[in-house]
Amino acid sequence: MKPIVIAKNLTKSYTKGLLALDNVSLTVNQGKVLVVMGPSGSGKSTLIRTFNGLETFDKGEVNVLGIKIDPDHNERKIQKIRKRVGMVFQQFNLFPHLSILENITLAPVHVQKRRQIEAEEYGMYLLSQMGIDSHAKKYPSQLSGGEQQRVAIARALALKPELLLFDEPTSALDPERINEVLDAMRRLAKQGMTMIVVTHEIGFAKEVSDQVLFMDSGKVIETTTPDIFFSNAKHERSRKFLNQLDKY
Amino acid sequence: MKKSQKIFVQFGICFFVISLVGLLINNLTINLTRTGLGFNFNWLFKPASFALAEHPLPYSSSDNYAWALFIGWLNSLKVIVSSLMLATVLGTLIGFARTGKNALLSLLSAGYITIIRQTPLLLQLMFWYFIGFLGFKDNTFIHIKNIIKISNQGIELSGLTLSSEFSALLFGLGIFTSAYIAEVIRGGILSVPKGQWEAFRSLGLSEKKGLLSIIIPQALPAILPGLTSQYLNLAKNSTLAIAVGYSDIYAINDTIINQTGRAIECFLILLTSFLLLNLLICNCMEIINKTILNSRKYN
Ligand SMILES: Nc1ncnc2c1ncn2[C@@H]1O[C@H](COP(=O)(O)OP(=O)(O)OP(=O)(O)O)[C@@H](O)[C@H]1O
Ligand SMILES: [Mg+2]
Repeated sequence: MKPIVIAKNLTKSYTKGLLALDNVSLTVNQGKVLVVMGPSGSGKSTLIRTFNGLETFDKGEVNVLGIKIDPDHNERKIQKIRKRVGMVFQQFNLFPHLSILENITLAPVHVQKRRQIEAEEYGMYLLSQMGIDSHAKKYPSQLSGGEQQRVAIARALALKPELLLFDEPTSALDPERINEVLDAMRRLAKQGMTMIVVTHEIGFAKEVSDQVLFMDSGKVIETTTPDIFFSNAKHERSRKFLNQLDKY
Repeated sequence: MKKSQKIFVQFGICFFVISLVGLLINNLTINLTRTGLGFNFNWLFKPASFALAEHPLPYSSSDNYAWALFIGWLNSLKVIVSSLMLATVLGTLIGFARTGKNALLSLLSAGYITIIRQTPLLLQLMFWYFIGFLGFKDNTFIHIKNIIKISNQGIELSGLTLSSEFSALLFGLGIFTSAYIAEVIRGGILSVPKGQWEAFRSLGLSEKKGLLSIIIPQALPAILPGLTSQYLNLAKNSTLAIAVGYSDIYAINDTIINQTGRAIECFLILLTSFLLLNLLICNCMEIINKTILNSRKYN
């Protein structure tokens, strides 16, 4: 099995004395889906953002797609990684002044130097995969949250990434819109995409993930299969968290 | 507040404003009769009989006051437009340096902004005039083969000559305003949500491409109003030209008041000239603003 992400003893603090990441280690192999869970402020976003260099770290080692990132944060290496790793954000972060199709073709044309026509054809294909090709000429503000997030996924896919990072992709959506995004993610997982997903959607985690990683105060509390995590979590802290999730 | 009280307060304000205006008009008529000049503009067409060091159009001392004033207005326009361009280019560069990732550049531009903003403009103009240009040796300070020559005579740039008065004003106004423009640019950049930076970075776009295609287009609507007010400030500050002896509209007005005693008419002319200048600037900016808003197909 080919490892896509390896993190070893990652440690980071934003403010002195407060560890956002505390000795975190993990491995994600090709074609696998890792779900990251944990209470607010436990360091989930910080963790996955170190994998595409949006966040730096103080100690430890990260290896993404065979490219090693050190704490010194080498820009050129990070640029190489970003061309091969897609990211989807909680707030979508679409470019409001560009049309849906322009949002998607920007990176392929300017980063991968593909021809405009070629990028547009592939962009339209991705939009149809997401069921939103009829919106191609519209602007982000004219779309619903669920539609915007599917555009964001298409945008992340446009560079044909080998790894996708999701940071709470459905947390900003109305309940009835959540499934249209989760369905798109399910399909990606079935197609063999390697994914790291920060989410509190238990159904999705149970059905799609290969591993669940539970964090608290910057530490990994446990990493297990979803079967064990949701029925028989080892740690008291995890059980307490799941109980609370059930209440909502 | 009760309705009757409101009416009473508004009546009071009206009374106050009317009495103030009345008082001013009264003063004006008393002063006009005392000087015995009366209020008219006939003198405008008498010969000015003073020389002007700089005139973009032909001028001699036998030309009339009206023509001298027009030359002054052109001189003002010339220095305002050129320092406006200098301020915009410098301000944009420094604004970006200030917000950029390079810590040294950011620190340097922060220092520049602080120093420029916390010393009076008059002092800076004096600096550029007396220490800057007049401080140079009379032959040359910088001389690169017919391309640029900087001396106490001003700047010579491949055939174009700028007097030392004009150059000092250009540098003083341009650099002073650039510090404010840099802050306007910085504010505009900071008004773009952080998520937009993260989105373009995560797509592997370079900082330069992201700034040009993603950040600046979204920062512009926040930048333009601030930019307009800095341009208007620059236009008004240009009246400090008199301090370095540049014949702008204000300096020429001043000379004419001394010669003719027509203070009230001259102030009216000055007021109208600046209104015209600033309306010109406002309208240009409004056109730019509209073009940008119209080209924007989202809200
Ligand atoms: N830019 C920052 N500056 C300072 N502290 C930060 C910053 N970003 C995060 N932190 C702190 O680091 C810790 C981890 O934050 P992080 O955003 O990774 O948590 P999270 O698990 O993603 O939380 P949430 O579920 O609320 O998104 C928190 O204590 C947070 O306050
Ligand atoms: Mg988070």
